[in-house]
Amino acid sequence: MAPFVDIIIAALIVLGGAFALIGSWGLARLPNLMARLHGPTKATTLGVGGCLVAAMLYFPTHGMAFSMHELLVTLFLFITAPISANMVAKGYLHERMTAARDGTASEPDLPPAYRMPLPEAASESCGWATFGAPEEAPQPDTTPRR
Amino acid sequence: MIAGALTIALGCVSLALVLTLYRLFKGPSAADRILALDTLVINVIALIVLLGILEETMVYFEAALLLAMVGFVGTVAYAKFLLRGDIVE
Repeated sequence: MAPFVDIIIAALIVLGGAFALIGSWGLARLPNLMARLHGPTKATTLGVGGCLVAAMLYFPTHGMAFSMHELLVTLFLFITAPISANMVAKGYLHERMTAARDGTASEPDLPPAYRMPLPEAASESCGWATFGAPEEAPQPDTTPRR
Repeated sequence: MIAGALTIALGCVSLALVLTLYRLFKGPSAADRILALDTLVINVIALIVLLGILEETMVYFEAALLLAMVGFVGTVAYAKFLLRGDIVE
């Protein structure tokens, strides 16, 4: 039983390290930010998940108590990775469109699908983030009917 | 066997940290640097967890949990500063 579990733990540790390396390699190597986002958000998160699952298996099988911390860290990382990637992509779009508007760059250097109009920074409609929904959809009537 | 796997994984994660630092210093736009900082935090969490297995203590996982939270909040704050020019409005 114990050698079998050890093999699984060792494989998970090596896989986790390899995925973390692949994610950072993609971050250093890929050509632009929209491509670079893929490495850290997918591969590195999976690598850390592998290491944490290995830790979850290691401690109960080596005479120590089982703890929920690893599971909490895994859950938290898997929830926050897409959110931070979305925020970084929004920041990048904002930076490029602002540079094109202010004339520091002649072209936004973005594919046409990403070229959205810049909202007014202080307007109420864009909330706390630019590049949200461009137009407010008509609100459905929520008052109770009689 | 686990000791050998830990050696390999620690080497991989250290190399990943170096690659992330390269992007942090080079990165042409500010968004690149934010992304590099976020990746740096995630790699450090992996490093801390591996060190915890190596030294057979559970103390390090508290640090990993704290780092995960603070790293996420930091990334969102940086991105929001880029988007709005302000953090708390």
